Amino acid sequence: MTDSKYFTTTKKGEIFELKAELNSDKKEKKKEAVKKVIASMTVGKDVSALFPDVVNCMQTDNLELKKLVYLYLMNYAKSQPDMAIMAVNTFVKDCEDPNPLIRALAVRTMGCIRVDKITEYLCEPLRKCLKDEDPYVRKTAAVCVAKLHDINAQLVEDQGFLDTLKDLISDSNPMVVANAVAALSEIAESHPSSNLLDLNPQSINKLLTALNECTEWGQIFILDCLANYMPKDDREAQSICERVTPRLSHANSAVVLSAVKVLMKFMEMLSKDLDYYGTLLKKLAPPLVTLLSAEPELQYVALRNINLIVQKRPEILKHEMKVFFVKYNDPIYVKLEKLDIMIRLASQANIAQVLAELKEYATEVDVDFVRKAVRAIGRCAIKVEQSAERCVSTLLDLIQTKVNYVVQEAIVVIKDIFRKYPNKYESVIATLCENLDSLDEPEARAAMIWIVGEYAERIDNADELLESFLEGFHDESTQVQLQLLTAIVKLFLKKPTETQELVQQVLSLATQDSDNPDLRDRGYIYWRLLSTDPVAAKEVVLAEKPLISEETDLIEPTLLDELICYIGTLASVYHKPPSAFVEGSRGIVHKSLPPRTGSSESAESPDAAPSGAPPSEQPAVIPTQGDLLGDLLNLDLGPPVSGPPVATTSVQMGAVDLLGGGLDSLLRSDVGGSPAMGGTGFTAPSAVMPANLGPPPSGGLGDLFDLAGGVGTLSGSHVAPKTVWLPAMKAKGLEISGTFSRQVGAISMDLLLTNKALQVMSDFAIQFNRNSFGLAPAAPLQIHAPLAPNQTVEISLPLNTVGSVMKMDPLNNLQVAVKNNIDVFYFSTLYPLHILFVEDGKMERQMFLATWKDIPNENEAQFQIRDCPLSAARCACSRPSNQKQLVPEHTAW
Amino acid sequence: MIHSLFLINCSGDIFLEKHWKSVVSQSVCDYFFEAQEKAADVENVPPVISTPHHYLISIYREKIFFVSVIQTEVPPLFVIEFLHRVADTFQDYFGECSETAIKDNVVIVYELLEEMLDNGFPLATESNILKELIKPPTILRSVVNSITGSSNMGETLPTGQLSNIPWRKAVVKYTNNEAYFDVIEEIDAIIDKSGSTVFAEIQGVIDSCIKLSGMPDLSLSFMNPRLLDDVSFHPCIRFKRWESERVLSFIPPDGNFRLISYRVSSQNLVAIPVYVKHIISFKENSSSGRFDVTIGPKQNMGKTVEGVIVTVHMPKAVLNMNLTSTQGSYTFDPVLKVLTWDIGKISPQKLPNLKGIVNLQSGAPKPEENPSLNIQFKIQQLAISGLKVNRLDMFGEKYKPFKGVKYITKAGKFQVRT
Repeated sequence: MTDSKYFTTTKKGEIFELKAELNSDKKEKKKEAVKKVIASMTVGKDVSALFPDVVNCMQTDNLELKKLVYLYLMNYAKSQPDMAIMAVNTFVKDCEDPNPLIRALAVRTMGCIRVDKITEYLCEPLRKCLKDEDPYVRKTAAVCVAKLHDINAQLVEDQGFLDTLKDLISDSNPMVVANAVAALSEIAESHPSSNLLDLNPQSINKLLTALNECTEWGQIFILDCLANYMPKDDREAQSICERVTPRLSHANSAVVLSAVKVLMKFMEMLSKDLDYYGTLLKKLAPPLVTLLSAEPELQYVALRNINLIVQKRPEILKHEMKVFFVKYNDPIYVKLEKLDIMIRLASQANIAQVLAELKEYATEVDVDFVRKAVRAIGRCAIKVEQSAERCVSTLLDLIQTKVNYVVQEAIVVIKDIFRKYPNKYESVIATLCENLDSLDEPEARAAMIWIVGEYAERIDNADELLESFLEGFHDESTQVQLQLLTAIVKLFLKKPTETQELVQQVLSLATQDSDNPDLRDRGYIYWRLLSTDPVAAKEVVLAEKPLISEETDLIEPTLLDELICYIGTLASVYHKPPSAFVEGSRGIVHKSLPPRTGSSESAESPDAAPSGAPPSEQPAVIPTQGDLLGDLLNLDLGPPVSGPPVATTSVQMGAVDLLGGGLDSLLRSDVGGSPAMGGTGFTAPSAVMPANLGPPPSGGLGDLFDLAGGVGTLSGSHVAPKTVWLPAMKAKGLEISGTFSRQVGAISMDLLLTNKALQVMSDFAIQFNRNSFGLAPAAPLQIHAPLAPNQTVEISLPLNTVGSVMKMDPLNNLQVAVKNNIDVFYFSTLYPLHILFVEDGKMERQMFLATWKDIPNENEAQFQIRDCPLSAARCACSRPSNQKQLVPEHTAW
Repeated sequence: MIHSLFLINCSGDIFLEKHWKSVVSQSVCDYFFEAQEKAADVENVPPVISTPHHYLISIYREKIFFVSVIQTEVPPLFVIEFLHRVADTFQDYFGECSETAIKDNVVIVYELLEEMLDNGFPLATESNILKELIKPPTILRSVVNSITGSSNMGETLPTGQLSNIPWRKAVVKYTNNEAYFDVIEEIDAIIDKSGSTVFAEIQGVIDSCIKLSGMPDLSLSFMNPRLLDDVSFHPCIRFKRWESERVLSFIPPDGNFRLISYRVSSQNLVAIPVYVKHIISFKENSSSGRFDVTIGPKQNMGKTVEGVIVTVHMPKAVLNMNLTSTQGSYTFDPVLKVLTWDIGKISPQKLPNLKGIVNLQSGAPKPEENPSLNIQFKIQQLAISGLKVNRLDMFGEKYKPFKGVKYITKAGKFQVRT
């Protein structure tokens, strides 16, 4: 006798028959009938028509029957709200039952019936149950508050359930505490502004006590809640860490990972000199490795998180390389993740092992995996210099296999190796050229063309090779077309005599027959360059390229820090902050790592630019493009792209400028200096030293040389990305984000106004408070049409510096008032000082000295700029209106 | 939290759905099917899939996909752990976690799911507690129930649910008091072509079967506890005692449970008990190849290596294999291209060998990849790491329990590259 009998249907109307059975007098028959109904429900059949009959069975002392009816009710109450009311009386009665199991069951089920009318009746029983003497009932009731909040948030607040719930955090029973925390966390998620989980040292202490005694699931809730707490100093952080560490030995991997999150976060506050810091680091490795022996699904999530941890603190797992070696029957999603981590952990010490493994993987069956393995070999070569030679010979071996996709991947990575180690491995070019015909993927073709162009002088038949590509020019992808154009121009500059025809052919193909603006623009630039000044063209096109940085696919550090706070969550699996993908994330609070309070700080974190201006925090790594493919392409773009996106408006301007004589200044600017920059970023110059406020040195040039395409924009003055100045929550639905920019002498404030309220907004106006440099709007805020709900308007507000002056603290603080038909809102922001600097900062020597002397001594400030790649020492940056000058200390360079 | 659960079989039928909040339409599974199609192989379906409004987190167990639907930010490990726990519970209740077993017991399954999760929060997942709430089906009980009309539902609150030791029932009584510990070690290893070890570690567990009356307080000590530096504990173990004295002190759950799991990874401690000599090669343009594999014992501490099975996933181009074995029998599945050689015991005097000809599809290019050998074996009465239980003491109860320890070493993911 099994339940499968419930699935068999008779020919005669099934529902009809069930109805009869449900109304039978025999208890046993009734129960069987309800079971049949449930069975139909489990496979998604609609049995809602039986609602009244099932509800009639509810009044019974048979617990099983009662539970079954409850199961049914939860599923269908919503579709039959009027009928559901019939059940209320029984619920209320059950909430008074002497048996705690029944009390809990009733309050639990009631919460699951998502019908407004019922919730009103739920309040009283719920209030009683929250204070029930039996902890089982209390803990069930705590969850019920979260359910009710989901249905009717207002009701929960009005009834004061939230406060009762907060009181439960101090309950004597750890299970109740855990459930209260879970319920509060869930409620807080939909109410980010409320400070429901207002943690203080006392409540933290209670949570830590409960942590030791509650169930594994409760531990997860408590640990996740602890992770949101900000300890007041490093001692408190350490004491929390000490009490959380035992969780690392839990059998439940979710508990382990939540504990890792807490530790990783609080560790940030500990000084690295501390003994405890080292102990903690050592304790973190084993549990992380243990996660990898679990089921593949768990492994996958663990690996995604380890990927983050390895980037943040590589020292934790540096000796554990071998556990990431791939087994042939690992699921593909595990294999790919392991490979990624292997490369991150690769170092001089273990490179031999890693290479041997990678070579093994390159002969596996799975194409995706093999491709990634081949790329990984290239990445190792770039990362660990000592291994480059072995990597190259491994790659050559792989090319000899003639397996099509292996060859193509190998060529793509060899191109990157050439970029990293110029004039070292060019002897392999001949082998590469042999495989020219087998390349059918754009990326590989583009890479090969780049190689041919770059080393045209060493390849005897370079012109023939390139010409062969040219035949099908229009069928190629943009990437290949751009590359081909550049390569042929390079070839022409190297061997002008034989290739004149070829270059004309490609230029006309690019400029006249193509619809692609990128291609056309690049074609015209070359054309113009070649026709006006071939020597300059040579200098531009054949200039030395910046070296590519060794780590190319790191997550940008601020994002990484945020993601560390989200270890164990979906965000950590996607490597995106929750705001980027969680639905209804309107008010997600951005989490950040706590600042280090220890004393060893200054040594490791370079000071932010002295002005404290926002643009000084440019990340130093190239943002990930989502996959390896993007990364490797980006390699060619050189360091400047590492900055935030530049304003697109400057594209055309920059190009015109470039053609009309601006080229000279471009060339003078320090192309030679940029290689030294490597991946160290581009921070100081843009903030403090606008000697050439034209395009940043290699931003524009990079595009010319290059290559793999992608940089379509030539940047103007540095423009920081827009940040949110006024969140919608604070301004009745008006959200303002913006940035400052300077274009050809004019300062402007670029604003993005979004209406997140439900009503139309109009009558906008803006005003500035007095500030240090007299910044003021040069024109009224131009928003003509009213702003509809969810509409966004982008405006650029011209500014001048004739407003009234008042010294602000910090100096570049700006207080702004914005008015609309709803209210007046205030916010303050910091503007980058460079927007005040004039472009033609050159002064006559005498004049400079005179002005210099005019400045009273107390106005002099000194600071050092570290790692500044530019060699220019002409940096007098003046602001004529009130003769204040910023004079960097020359000797620092 | 966890919104809904769908159980899907290999042919893509949704045979059970359960919703803890509002009902989510079955159509959400289409995204899962899409991913499944893309993955080609069932084992390669990614465990986390995002859809426009939900996230699907799934596990694959016993030919069933457990697909859970979530809507807000939830720790995926939490969901995956929970799903595995659901599968474990089914296994525990019905003896197997299969589609038929679930369909046969659909009402109990539904009751269990309701009991395990409330509003997406785990409620009771300990098997002891669940069994008090919902009695597992037995033939006898279903007969008795249908005669007497009694139910298989516990009428009272489980005793362990709220105590500090939720894993144990209050009143436990046995006539024979017994405590058994199985120390099981699995060797995970990758051996390269030349026979040297690329990677090796031991995954050990101590599974216990404790049938003791009352509230016994046990402490288990080891001869060489220093081996255990990476350990995961059952919640019953007192962590502080372990930290300070390296003794496992605990009030055990009733019945079968996993006491600890541990990992020993330092290379010199991991002995590899077998070696393999192999020649697998394919000739260019002749659509045939050679296969010759010999397996022998080493470093087995004088114990017999038994239950040896070698599995090889041959390349796609292989049509069939003509082999002769000196010991055991072999089968070759021409569809899946899997060669299985069941050897049994290895005797050091006469090493088992399997050799012969591999026939390839005519005209197919010579396979690039070399197949890996997957080896299974068992060694009784040996914990390869050398871990030894010293003694078991019991406090809190007066009777003398019967105690026993068993050691066994097995191959885990043991692979030999060729």
